[in-house]
Amino acid sequence: MARIGVFICHCGENIARTVDVAKVRDALAKHPGVVHAVDYRYMCSAPGQELIRNAIVEKKLTGVVVAACSPHMHEPTFRKACAAVGLNPYLCEMANIREHCSWVHSDREKATEKAIELVRFLVEKVKRNRPLEPIRVPVTKRALVVGGGIAGIQAALDIANGGYEVILVERQPSIGGHMAQLSETFPTLDCSQCILTPKMVEVRQHPNIKLLTYSEVEDVKGYVGNFEVTIRKKARYVNEEVCTGCGACIQRCPQKRIPSEFDRGLGRRTAIYIPFPQAVPNIPVIDREHCAYFRRGGCRLCEKECPRGAIDFNQQDQLLTEKVGAIVLATGYDLIPSDIYSEYGGGRYRDVIDGLQFERLLSASGPTNGEVLRPSDGKEVKSVVFISCVGSRDRAKGIPYCSKICCMYVAKHAILFKHKVHDGQAFVFYMDVRAAGKGYEEFVRRAVEEEGVVYLRGRVSKIYQQDGKLIVRGVDTLSGMPVEIPADLVVLATAIRASDGIVELAQKLGVPVDEHGFLSEAHPKLRPVETQVAGVFLAGACQAPKDIPDTVAQASGAASKVLSMFAQDAIEREPTIAKVNEQTCVGCFECQRACPYRAIERKEIRDRQGNLIKVVAYVNPGLCAGCGACTVACRNHSVDLEGFAEEQMFAELSAITAA
Amino acid sequence: MKQATEREQLTRTDELPIVLTEEARKFTEEVIRRSGERVDWCYQCGKCTAGCPVAFAMDIEPSRIMRLVQLGQGERVLKSKAIWLCVGCQTCTTRCPQEIDPAKVMDTLREMALEKEFAADKEVVTFFRSFLDNIQRYGRVFEPTLVLQYNLRSGHLLQDADKGPLMLFKGKLPLRPSRNGAIVRKIFDALGGRRQ
Repeated sequence: MARIGVFICHCGENIARTVDVAKVRDALAKHPGVVHAVDYRYMCSAPGQELIRNAIVEKKLTGVVVAACSPHMHEPTFRKACAAVGLNPYLCEMANIREHCSWVHSDREKATEKAIELVRFLVEKVKRNRPLEPIRVPVTKRALVVGGGIAGIQAALDIANGGYEVILVERQPSIGGHMAQLSETFPTLDCSQCILTPKMVEVRQHPNIKLLTYSEVEDVKGYVGNFEVTIRKKARYVNEEVCTGCGACIQRCPQKRIPSEFDRGLGRRTAIYIPFPQAVPNIPVIDREHCAYFRRGGCRLCEKECPRGAIDFNQQDQLLTEKVGAIVLATGYDLIPSDIYSEYGGGRYRDVIDGLQFERLLSASGPTNGEVLRPSDGKEVKSVVFISCVGSRDRAKGIPYCSKICCMYVAKHAILFKHKVHDGQAFVFYMDVRAAGKGYEEFVRRAVEEEGVVYLRGRVSKIYQQDGKLIVRGVDTLSGMPVEIPADLVVLATAIRASDGIVELAQKLGVPVDEHGFLSEAHPKLRPVETQVAGVFLAGACQAPKDIPDTVAQASGAASKVLSMFAQDAIEREPTIAKVNEQTCVGCFECQRACPYRAIERKEIRDRQGNLIKVVAYVNPGLCAGCGACTVACRNHSVDLEGFAEEQMFAELSAITAA
Repeated sequence: MKQATEREQLTRTDELPIVLTEEARKFTEEVIRRSGERVDWCYQCGKCTAGCPVAFAMDIEPSRIMRLVQLGQGERVLKSKAIWLCVGCQTCTTRCPQEIDPAKVMDTLREMALEKEFAADKEVVTFFRSFLDNIQRYGRVFEPTLVLQYNLRSGHLLQDADKGPLMLFKGKLPLRPSRNGAIVRKIFDALGGRRQ
């Protein structure tokens, strides 16, 4: 027989002002199954909780209903109080008579009536509550970091320094990402390579980091604490164990005119190559598409040249399976193609380039050794026009968002240009200058005030070639005048988008992707490094356009989430999840189709001889979020939600209709 | 009505564009050098225009004058009426967040306009000339001769003549000029005389 205690809170005046608390108490005292009903000014206070604890012991209560505020506010408080005296916390429920009643009503009589009903149907529910135990999921204390740019590098180092193993997967032949391509970084003008390469080397040498370059995540199975990842290690055709990175093969390769991806087409590379001198690992890879041997047999000069016999034309892709407990996605960004506005001539004129190409022109290790020369004829650039918001903030082009870093890197480009070409002139077309960051506004003003960069507020209408110059026509809305600039080089600050392939990876993980292809965080303010999928975290520009300081901060944030997860031996999850009645389940798997968390698995029921009797649905407690979609989809009510069972819900409803 | 058309002209995009070459930069640099003010630091917040008591009457507002100087639009600026309408109250100078002195820039622009004989508002120039002559001669303003001289030079012979008697009656018109004329003349001489 149920022995329910009802505890009604005044919440100071918050509830008592509108609800006749004494009347609620008296009404509930008469309700069948209720053996104890009291009211108190502040039930959440220490004496209020004491009241509950004592009543549980003295009246031998089998269930508790606290009529007070929202369970979001104090359910953990009261459940803890119950647990302290040995009552299973899931036998305690809250009736919300504040937000759902006193705060939204003014008629005292009717509000009191409603409060009585709210408490009554919770009493009916609690009568049918069963004790539940939190689910404990074991944790594999190894992490996977996807992407070897600055975000992935930072996250991997932080986790590894915390004492846990990390697998860092990068699809390019070297780690470093876009940051390795940059010349200098705003707003301090640190040399990008100088601050990045020590971290790259640290990754390579760290005993806790397993570095897999030229590799991609093929598949992910499992759930928080227990992921199983399949990684495709693409054939390099160079034996990593043997190669010393001497570079003799590269010297010998006859295919020397392949556009270099790292130099964004402005430089050339060989068919066997390392992307850049500081690459980690410093091991070449053979580009099958351009290699003379793979294209038509013969050649094999690199093989003959290699003093260590490291070239292996028969190497195959390898599939590796790794078990990890947490995943950090740090897949970064790409720039949109520069031909988005055909009137700007991107892709048509060789001297109209994008921001990353300009980084390569500025870089001492770039194709021009750091001299600002025109890609078309190698002439020194005297006049350069930078155009920001190329694609960004253009709803018509499907990119309504701000790419965030362009204002700053455009200012940086203009400053660096003036540092290299003292008598040169730099112009910037902008819509707004967004320089919100430590030292950022000062940096932009420095471009104008100290370096003499001319900022023009307005858009460019067209760019055309005339007498060996690019004529840039636009408007300066500040003076209200159309302007025309004869330029040697035009640099487009093209919009940032998420990397290719990220949507496919996100689908494998069940991580939501926003309308623009960036990965969605669990909460835009309070859970910015987590995803909806437990155990999967985000770092860097895969979540939204981000500069280096923000990326590093987020990467360290993601790493600390992983570390705090690994600090526990098991993860506790709420037990309010779906449960299948295997007796009645017919194995139609309608629930599997309904489940947004891919928590429903197939379970075989066998007799003692091992003969298969039937296949039923099984809810993976590590994945189920307790949303209830399966309970609705199930045709014969074989799935039910713990803590919110249909029996409990109907009891609540009939309590309303009976009243 | 006339102002509106001039402003309209500024935003018309079918007119010839400003061609930004090194030539254009020379005017900017000259104004910066002569005024000693970093016009190129102006970031177009518009505070000068917002506080300017005569901006309503200007063909080009102060902030836009600054912008046109940045873009090397010498002729447009020097031919504007705005630089002659500026009364030098220095509200803009007091408020400029970039610590530029727009009033001083306006002064420089007036000088440059006079040199190039671009002065758009002849009457204002005539008044300025009469005013400075007056100071040079008497040491401080001596209203009766100032008015006389301005009216003669401008051809508005009887302008404000009706106000004379009342001002005289109220003691607002001095009968004798200041006696420190010699000292002020020395200042004018020390500055190398005055260009006429």
